[in-house]
Amino acid sequence: MAEVRAEMVANVWKVVAAEGDHVDDGDTLVILESMKMEIPVLAEGPGVVTKMHVAEGEVIQEGDLIAVIS
Amino acid sequence: MLDSVLVANRGEIARRVIRTARRTGIRAVAVYSDADADLPYVREADQAVRIGPPQPARSYLNAAAIIDAARQTGVAAVHPGYGFLAENADFARQVIAAGLTWVGPDPDAIEQMGDKIRARNLMERAGVPVAPGSREPVADVAAALAEADRIGYPVMVKAAAGGGGIGMGVAADEAGLRSAFETARSRAERFFGSPEILIERFVERARHVEVQILGLADGRVLALGERDCSVQRRHQKVAEETPSPGISAGLRERMLAAAIQAGQAVAYRGAGTVECLVDADAGTFVFLEMNTRLQVEHPVTELVTGIDLVEQQFLIAAGEPPSFDPPADPAPFRPSGHALELRIYAEDPVRFLPGPGTITEWAEPVGAGLRVDAGYQAGNTVTPFYDPLLAKLCIHGADREQALDRAREAVVAFRIVGPKTNLLFHADLLASPEFSAGDYDTSLVSKLRPA
Repeated sequence: MAEVRAEMVANVWKVVAAEGDHVDDGDTLVILESMKMEIPVLAEGPGVVTKMHVAEGEVIQEGDLIAVIS
Repeated sequence: MLDSVLVANRGEIARRVIRTARRTGIRAVAVYSDADADLPYVREADQAVRIGPPQPARSYLNAAAIIDAARQTGVAAVHPGYGFLAENADFARQVIAAGLTWVGPDPDAIEQMGDKIRARNLMERAGVPVAPGSREPVADVAAALAEADRIGYPVMVKAAAGGGGIGMGVAADEAGLRSAFETARSRAERFFGSPEILIERFVERARHVEVQILGLADGRVLALGERDCSVQRRHQKVAEETPSPGISAGLRERMLAAAIQAGQAVAYRGAGTVECLVDADAGTFVFLEMNTRLQVEHPVTELVTGIDLVEQQFLIAAGEPPSFDPPADPAPFRPSGHALELRIYAEDPVRFLPGPGTITEWAEPVGAGLRVDAGYQAGNTVTPFYDPLLAKLCIHGADREQALDRAREAVVAFRIVGPKTNLLFHADLLASPEFSAGDYDTSLVSKLRPA
């Protein structure tokens, strides 16, 4: 099981992967936006998205859990 | 003379405009979102009005809230700063319709230059060189491919209504163009509300050099020298200098003359910037775009001319002559010494990813030739809602060597704790042989920071 956490304070612009999706290493899970820049958050290995903790429009803090991949 | 002004912006530029307003006896009103209530510019204004929540669309882009604030405080004029509504012709018209003075060019000039395709066509007709490129919007991928075949690869793809490098992409071939076109179009719609795309020939070894123009109230257009803005990451400027170390005296003279022609073609009033791409090998330049506002990097021009550009904006908006004696046409402006600007961003110095946070320590360097235009101080929180510019470290020297030496010391002395900063990037930049020698182009940052 891999937890994907936010590296910075950001707004969640787009949630690309849904719970139940199969993802591969490098697939985009969500796209964050901070300081007028888009920052894709990528899967670091293959698996299934078992939990998506963020929704579009939310503000997240550094270290917040974004998704769980099992 | 104007007696009062509302500054429709935030951070360092609001603070900088307020400083000149107060120095020249103009009552200054600030506006702020909930995220910015504690920033220095809010406190330094004579009066401040809350205009909404942090989201730009509900605060600094909310024209109705800003005009309400102007009415409520009884100001005579609105200064837009840069970004946000500065190049929004509709906003300028609303300001004028509300009986206020717009501190900027005529809304028609904003509109003509805001559409990059129209601006290119207009400049071409005015005799200003432009790169081979689109004369009308590129509707879809098929049209983009046909256009690129006509122009020749590599090409630059960008939003006609865009700015700030957002969505811009270079394509070397058909596959690259397909993906660059899709990226540019989705960004264009999202950030600029218009899907129109423009394709231009991409200049490989280019320097980005721009000319500061000033359209006087009597109709004359002056060129106050150039700024070299070739140090860029993600097509956004990080450091600027004047004079440009990469252009000959002859090329400088031709660029300044072309910038005056560009300004005259739209009967330009106030401060504006004509951006050009210079092919350093060939000694040629092409028009890129015109920014119809005060530029972020305007301080370097102020440092070598001794002219306060914001003061001239106020005077011109009021229909008055500038505060200095304009040189007899066509005598060129003579810069005094050399100036650099280093943009201190809240981002990591390696990958340039945003790093907002609360500032626990903030100590600005002090010394001969230094000017710091800062938007923050210790105790402030840098939020993710706006662009990452924390401060502009500006350095003046008798010559480029002295300016570089002072810059190297100042970067080490600038202490910011809390958010991430790119100060270490600037130290590397100033240590690099290319930058030190002035021998660089827009690819410099990617050479210093290979992916």
